[in-house]
Amino acid sequence: MNPITPSDDSFAETLQRRLGTRADSPHELDAERSAAARAAARVADRATAEGLADVSYASVDSPFGTLLAVATQQGLVRLAFPEEGVDPVLERLSQRLSPRIVESSRPLDPLRRELDDYFKGARRSFDLALDWSLIGPFARRVLGVTSEIPYGNVLTYTEVAAEAGSPRGSRAAGNALGSNPIPIVIPCHRVLRSGGGLGGYAGGLERKRWLLDLETGTGVLVIQPPI
Amino acid sequence: MSNALPPFQRFLDAHRESVWRFLVCSVGAADAEDCFQETFLAALHAYPRLRADSNLRSWVLTIAHNKAMDSHRGRARRALPVADPAAVDPREERSPQARDETLWKAVGELPERQRSAVVLRYLGDLPHRDIATAIGCSEDAARRSLHEGLTNLRKAVPA
Repeated sequence: MNPITPSDDSFAETLQRRLGTRADSPHELDAERSAAARAAARVADRATAEGLADVSYASVDSPFGTLLAVATQQGLVRLAFPEEGVDPVLERLSQRLSPRIVESSRPLDPLRRELDDYFKGARRSFDLALDWSLIGPFARRVLGVTSEIPYGNVLTYTEVAAEAGSPRGSRAAGNALGSNPIPIVIPCHRVLRSGGGLGGYAGGLERKRWLLDLETGTGVLVIQPPI
Repeated sequence: MSNALPPFQRFLDAHRESVWRFLVCSVGAADAEDCFQETFLAALHAYPRLRADSNLRSWVLTIAHNKAMDSHRGRARRALPVADPAAVDPREERSPQARDETLWKAVGELPERQRSAVVLRYLGDLPHRDIATAIGCSEDAARRSLHEGLTNLRKAVPA
């Protein structure tokens, strides 16, 4: 090799500059970034449309802030409140369901419409396919009973446990309700403590009260005061 | 948590810019979109079988490199003009041809293995070990191809 030729490294730098791998201006860098972002969005939409993604997610506006909605090919599998954070929820789903997760809003359009109507008071039940695969066998019975409670009505934890075939299991029923992966749509807010206390709610008691007020329409909840 | 694969969307977000830049430089702006789609859809297909401790960047650039090679071969078979000015939207992202035609042409004329080594090293920023994996040769051979590629480029295009 000719000793006066520059080293591979310094030639490589020239090479990178002249081939354009080092963007010359912030404007070019921005154009390149947005082109990459658009191409990536098309990948995600195609992956969903062609059934190559197992899980898709999108954000959904609500009076509670931005919810994270997640669907599989079977249906809605998860609805998360803002405080849960997008990444922690997706990371757990990646391990439990499949890492083939993409962001794509179209599969969640029906949910978005129905939730909008529900929050406006214009819808009393949801007509959505659900994927129950995050829900264990006992919780499936409990949440199955819960999903039959009509709009504006309530049951107690004890009643739900009994209906689920486990009369002494009101605490276990409470746990199952507390880990409901699809709140609002599976209406665990309609289950209260015996005696009329609100009980618990993973999304916070204020939201539980808000949902019950919405459903009773009057802003006055018709339940007995706590003893 | 740390030894689990990230959700695919996070992987796509993390590597979309490197892959896009690599493909624009490697196949040109007009074909980059198709190669990009094929790269990430192929990655999605294979994704769950991937080991969590894999080097994801090297992995996806290897796929992109293979798609780029397919695209080069397809183009050679179709014998289309390499850069028909009318076919390229001038508002599109810059193409390598617009950057430095002489140098880009020289890269394109390198023997395949040298071209791959040069492109993966200097456009993809991969270390020698990963270039070797992408091309399917030993690390020494990858180092040699890279050096030969650079020597040839230097002859063709005085810096």
